Amino acid sequence: MRIEKGAFVVRASSRYLLALLGVGLLASAAVPAAEESAGGAGADWKSWHADTDVRNIASLQRGARNFFNYCVGCHSLKYERYSRLGEDLAIPPDMLDKYILQPGDKPTQYILTSMPAADGEAWFGKTPPDLSLMARARGADYLYQLFKTYYVDMSRPTGANNLRLPAIAMPAVLSELEGPKAAVYRNVEKRGEDGKPSTEQVFDHFEQLAPGRMNAEEYDGFVRDTVNFLVYVGEPTQAQRHALGIWVVLFLLVFTWIAWLLKKEYWKDVH
Amino acid sequence: MAAPQATGAAGARKGLWAWINKRLPVDEFISEQLTGYYAPKNFNIWYFFGSLALLVLVLQLATGIFLTMFYKPGEATSFDSVEFIMREVNYGWLIRYLHSTGASAFFIVVYLHMFRAFLYGSYRAPRELLWILGMLVYLALMAEAFMGYVLPWGNMSFWGAQVIVNLFGTIPAIGPGLVEWIRGDYGIADATLNRFFSLHVVAIPLALLLLVMLHLVALRRTGSNNPDGIEIKNNLGADGKPLDGIPFHPYYTVKDVVGVGVFFVLFAIVVFFVPTFGGLFLEGPNFEPANPMSTPEHIAPVWYFTPYYAILRAVPDQRLGALLMGLAVVLFLFLPWLDRSPVKSIRYKGWLSKLALTVFAVSFISLGYLGLQPAEGSYVLLARIFAFLYFMFFLAMPWYSRIDPVKPVPERVVYHAH
Repeated sequence: MRIEKGAFVVRASSRYLLALLGVGLLASAAVPAAEESAGGAGADWKSWHADTDVRNIASLQRGARNFFNYCVGCHSLKYERYSRLGEDLAIPPDMLDKYILQPGDKPTQYILTSMPAADGEAWFGKTPPDLSLMARARGADYLYQLFKTYYVDMSRPTGANNLRLPAIAMPAVLSELEGPKAAVYRNVEKRGEDGKPSTEQVFDHFEQLAPGRMNAEEYDGFVRDTVNFLVYVGEPTQAQRHALGIWVVLFLLVFTWIAWLLKKEYWKDVH
Repeated sequence: MAAPQATGAAGARKGLWAWINKRLPVDEFISEQLTGYYAPKNFNIWYFFGSLALLVLVLQLATGIFLTMFYKPGEATSFDSVEFIMREVNYGWLIRYLHSTGASAFFIVVYLHMFRAFLYGSYRAPRELLWILGMLVYLALMAEAFMGYVLPWGNMSFWGAQVIVNLFGTIPAIGPGLVEWIRGDYGIADATLNRFFSLHVVAIPLALLLLVMLHLVALRRTGSNNPDGIEIKNNLGADGKPLDGIPFHPYYTVKDVVGVGVFFVLFAIVVFFVPTFGGLFLEGPNFEPANPMSTPEHIAPVWYFTPYYAILRAVPDQRLGALLMGLAVVLFLFLPWLDRSPVKSIRYKGWLSKLALTVFAVSFISLGYLGLQPAEGSYVLLARIFAFLYFMFFLAMPWYSRIDPVKPVPERVVYHAH
């Protein structure tokens, strides 16, 4: 059992504040003129992989911590019970009670956000989706890329935009960790099908506007753990599935081998 | 080991067994259908897929019964109940994955089973009715799979149902009314979901069982074809048994068990390690609940329908597209009369038939691939080319099968003892 001390520092009451702070930070960040450079940091974002591993319990625990610090204020995991989470992630009941359970909730309850759906609709233009199956629906790489391609965009109501999901409704709640980034575009001359030249803006690289609380490596680990946790929540039985599967396949191989010997014996007298 | 001889009536038996046999022809059934039923001895790997199809049918029925205990049809309950099965029912995830993987496995073995008939002319006289009954099984299977796919009520279930049911709307005059009648509502809705559930768990499984039984009865009447396309009944020994035949039990029962083993190994690898099969068996968008306000990026049916879906989209006119899509399936029924070759098996057919069958297989698989891609640009052109080749395989068959230079067919089946 390994839960880092002080991991679950941000309590439910301060989660809204944190989200608002993130937005405020972005709003106050000036967007400086970007310098041209070909294919800089982040240009290859579409090929980034989450490389998740649901057998890494420590990573799942950190991911759970991240979820309850930053996500549960708006997002539910309506198909996952607290008790199931505790069991699968080796979090003992007292730790579950102290760090994970939201005020008033019982361990047997499903993990639901305390934010009313109507508020989400009013604040963000749409109800923040349930995240139980998000990793299954969109894929781990999608979520990883989403968390890593936020950038400052003052034309958006939230002050933030995203390469993976343009015009995303969710504000950049993690920018206090990552630090605000600007997306730098470069002009590419193109010739259309009709032969007319046109200019197209292509994403070139990210530019760090201010340092976050984490360095790049720490933030990357933070995102990987969180995505790993969402992959686990998408299918809590997957570790059990793999473990059982090995024995089933081994049994079937032995069974098939014996069946083949039997067949050979019988077919000896077919000429 | 000598083959146990077929036991006749229950004369030698005593006690309870004799008592039962006097009232129920158990021994007679075993001797007529298994130990006394002679099958050609030269079956190759293609002959595993019939018994495997039966196995998958049983698997689907068994897992389906358990799923039905926990699944709750209804707009508000379907999606949640499937997740309940996946997460909270003991081994519910296993039952669900067996069922979802079983659906794809069913089509894999049935397509291979059908291709076997293409290879060795198993649809030719006297097995036309056997072939037609098999095709009816295939049609029932398609209806069963389509309705089953709607039940989890994911977003792809919803939009897939929308597209497929709307196809009936292209029928002149009665179309729009028919679509409403099928749906039971003005859109795909709660009423549609509930009736699909009823059809999926009761009506179509009953039809499937009946058709499969008739398919087997017809098989017992004509006997199996074989890779040489020779009738083993034409070469009888002194005892009246086919010289090239062996009793189905024990020879083919022990052989089929090996096939079952190999199949289950592959099946278990998918179920336990890649149950979504990269989004082919279970699609990503179907993990989002049905949402009439949000269309998935690309609407595509599950892989086993995509060859027909590609044909549908290759035609600019929707009504004509739907017609050709239906024709693509119906043409199979006419194969026994389209094939005019003097020989049955591909082994003794000439290069023309071999080329035609290769082109057909490539077209079918390519259309399957294209049906999964967005209908744009060169994909549409390719789909048109392969759809044309697909239809030409059938429509030109009376011509090329007749002029094809064939090889002489041997008197007896070719068999090399192992």
